[in-house]
Amino acid sequence: MSAHTFILNGKPVSVDVEDDVRLLWVLRDVLGVTGPKYGCGLGVCQACTSHINGKAFNPCSVPVSAIQPTDEITTIEGLPATVGKDLHPMQEAWLEYDVAQCGYCQPGQIMAAVAKVRQARAAGHEIGDADFDEIRNICRCGTYFRIREAITAGAKNF
Amino acid sequence: MGAQGAAPQGDDESGRGVGRRRFLGYVLAGPTLVVAAQLGEEVLAPTEAQAAIPSLPEPADILDLTDLLTTAALPTSGLISIQLNTDGTASFALPRAEVGQGVTTSTAMLIAEELDIPLAQVKITLADARPELLFNQLTGASNTTVSTYTPIRVAAATARQRLLAAAAAQFGVPASTLTTAAGVVSSPSGQSATYGSLAVAAASQVTLQVGVALKAQSDFQVIGTAQNRIDALDIVTGRKQFAMDLSVPNALPTMVCRPPTVNGTPLSVQNLAAVKAMPGVTDVVTIATGVAVRAATFGQCIDAVRALQVTWAPGTEDNSSDATVQQELKAAELPLVVPPLNLLAQTVEATFTFAFASNSALEPNCAIADVRPGRAEVWAAVKAPIVAQGAIAAKLGLLPSAVTVHVVQGGGSFGRKLFFDAALEAAEISQLMGKPVKLMWHRTDEFRQGRTHPMSTSHVRATHALGQVLTFEQRHTSVATDFGHGLGEVITALVADLPVGDIGFSETIFELSQQTPYNFGVTTQLLSEVDKGFNTGSMRGIYSPNVRCAQELIVDRLAAGVGQDPYQFRRQTLKDPRAVAVLDKVAQLGDWGRTMAPGTAQGIALHPEYHSVAAMLVEIDCTPATTGRQIPDAYTGPRVTKVVCAVDAGLAVNPLGLQAQMMGGIMDGIAVALTSGMHLDNGVFQEGSWDNYFYTRQWNTPPDLQIVVMPPTSGTPGGAGELAVGAAMAAVACAYARATGTMPTSFPINHAAPLSFTPLPTTPPIPQSPVDGLPRAY
Repeated sequence: MSAHTFILNGKPVSVDVEDDVRLLWVLRDVLGVTGPKYGCGLGVCQACTSHINGKAFNPCSVPVSAIQPTDEITTIEGLPATVGKDLHPMQEAWLEYDVAQCGYCQPGQIMAAVAKVRQARAAGHEIGDADFDEIRNICRCGTYFRIREAITAGAKNF
Repeated sequence: MGAQGAAPQGDDESGRGVGRRRFLGYVLAGPTLVVAAQLGEEVLAPTEAQAAIPSLPEPADILDLTDLLTTAALPTSGLISIQLNTDGTASFALPRAEVGQGVTTSTAMLIAEELDIPLAQVKITLADARPELLFNQLTGASNTTVSTYTPIRVAAATARQRLLAAAAAQFGVPASTLTTAAGVVSSPSGQSATYGSLAVAAASQVTLQVGVALKAQSDFQVIGTAQNRIDALDIVTGRKQFAMDLSVPNALPTMVCRPPTVNGTPLSVQNLAAVKAMPGVTDVVTIATGVAVRAATFGQCIDAVRALQVTWAPGTEDNSSDATVQQELKAAELPLVVPPLNLLAQTVEATFTFAFASNSALEPNCAIADVRPGRAEVWAAVKAPIVAQGAIAAKLGLLPSAVTVHVVQGGGSFGRKLFFDAALEAAEISQLMGKPVKLMWHRTDEFRQGRTHPMSTSHVRATHALGQVLTFEQRHTSVATDFGHGLGEVITALVADLPVGDIGFSETIFELSQQTPYNFGVTTQLLSEVDKGFNTGSMRGIYSPNVRCAQELIVDRLAAGVGQDPYQFRRQTLKDPRAVAVLDKVAQLGDWGRTMAPGTAQGIALHPEYHSVAAMLVEIDCTPATTGRQIPDAYTGPRVTKVVCAVDAGLAVNPLGLQAQMMGGIMDGIAVALTSGMHLDNGVFQEGSWDNYFYTRQWNTPPDLQIVVMPPTSGTPGGAGELAVGAAMAAVACAYARATGTMPTSFPINHAAPLSFTPLPTTPPIPQSPVDGLPRAY
């Protein structure tokens, strides 16, 4: 066991846990932050997608020891605060299009969507079909089309 | 109140006016108003066969599976109750499972409608297992809205009537002069009272039976309007809690080390002490299905499962592979019965093979169990909680009354959560460890040891002469589907009354759920099942997607045989005008018959089921530039570029939710047609991750999708959850055949190609989580 500190949703946290435990389990099992979901633990389904320093990543695929004390981890719970509102524009778009069905993958989908919009802009374009085709997040309910609609709408507001 | 001259539409059971049919509601004793109704009280009248009789009516034409579930509820059902609270909200514990299909939202809408209360003031929870409900707490066969539509409205209308009476007493005016809106009772002279303020006054100290009328369909203000999911905000903020998000004291993460082949069993553990000493591990016990590990985190469970050295007994299918199962199916196929016809008749014939498919949801099998001496408490998303309760009690040696089963909202189901494999395992583990456990299956186990939709074949032979189809025969042969979740008891209780003769249970379900929607002369459809060694279940449909896909491909061949356009041929031979209407709608909106580039094509198909019907027009791109797209760890293949769907669900309670169900069904139909199947090799399913089992991903999603909800037709809601899959799968297959010039006979169409991935090892049974998450951040 060793102590690991980082910034979680704007607040410093410290946990005592073995170095190789993946961050997803530190969030869920140790800290009780359950927005990021388990869907495979293999970096495939992307249900746990959260942000590290503003970039989308899969906590299931990062040992806690790889997280630095200055790293800012944002889960779905902390997303609204990144824009200083009750809801991030992407969450509002998700409501507008009633995207969710069972909802299990949706925190990860929203976190991926926000990063994907930023990634497209960094590459010099607004998000479009080619970018959507790169999103790997599984939605077993098959809400993919509404996800596309909501990202397009949400991107206009941030 | 009342219909006030408005013509009743659809079924005429509703309406509050004079002469309207009245229903029986209950006012239950309570500190605030509690109302109730018999669940399953109202039974839909059997539909009559629409066609003049070129084809004799099939059992599913007369009474389909969802009728059976509704009818079965009649003699045994208990009461469902709504409570009015002093804060003005109405609470209802729905005896069904919410797994994404939107029944909490549609249920809240029914209550809001009859109670005249804002939707946001209706609070829906899921009821614990209620054994007294017997058959009436099973979520399946797209039956929830069909069976609860009237009873829930009766209870809500009873509450409104009671609130009116309480307000009338308070105001000193006749109740007939009062009106209700948005949770407030008002009088013509301006007096008003909120429901919250009347909740105590309207309560009863004894149980009363009251007669109550329902709103006319023409007066609906909520039912039939598009409403967002009531849990949408909780979902997008991460607040919605699934079973693994619940905090049950001392219920630590638990996983099971599972055998290398399907249904292997543990014989001995070589390194028990060493694994028990691993970081975080608290307990290791051998159970019926493997070796269970409990630890501080799931990550440490994964480590321990991988470290366990277990000797396994063989499984139930160690010598089975795709090819051997296919041989079993071929040997079991029932013969066609129509004798040879006149020499003018031409025959269209093909046999289609459908691979095993995984019905795993994104939320894996999981459950929390806290088993103590003499009692047990379980939390899980289960669609058959009463059956689960009984099975858990039997496993633990307890009375069912000592087992509490809390139904938790589920992260998808698709048939999987009709079973309660994880709940049963969690209870067994908790009892053996003497501690609460939070059991979750690993994704790889979900594919390899979890339930599958069984492999099947469909042999279709049809004949035509002089432009007419004379015969249509189908023999569907399948690895056995497990109906052990209790649907079975419902069926056996009623089967004697149905024109299906002395056949078994699966055959009964087949007969009740499968239809040929066309007038094709002498029509016979039979099912044969083999091999009970697999863990199986339905998958957003039991037989329909495969059966109907086979039919619709043959329909295209028949159309060609008689020299007709596929759309025109269908519309001229369809039995049901509702089916013609949805077909016409997609043909018109989708511009059927437009010129398509080489390697691309349109396909059109439809599927009727559970008193609903959906039609699909799809366009597919099979050009090399598309099928050759390179995406890492993905199967790209042909792209469905456009889908136009029209759906007639009789009466869509929530059109937005219905569209969502269609969208999901379309993605499933695309998957089973083109990409997602399981490869069996000597008792091992090769797929072990979502990058092996190719469920539809964004790169397979049609960029153009239109879903049209038809205006109400029958006046009562039909089923919707499974409806779209069969139509979408069939339309995609038909489009693929037209684009490539070759009718596919093996599904998914990529199944016969060499594996495009390297299968994960079987020992250890689950892979370690990667460590490359930071380099892959974007």
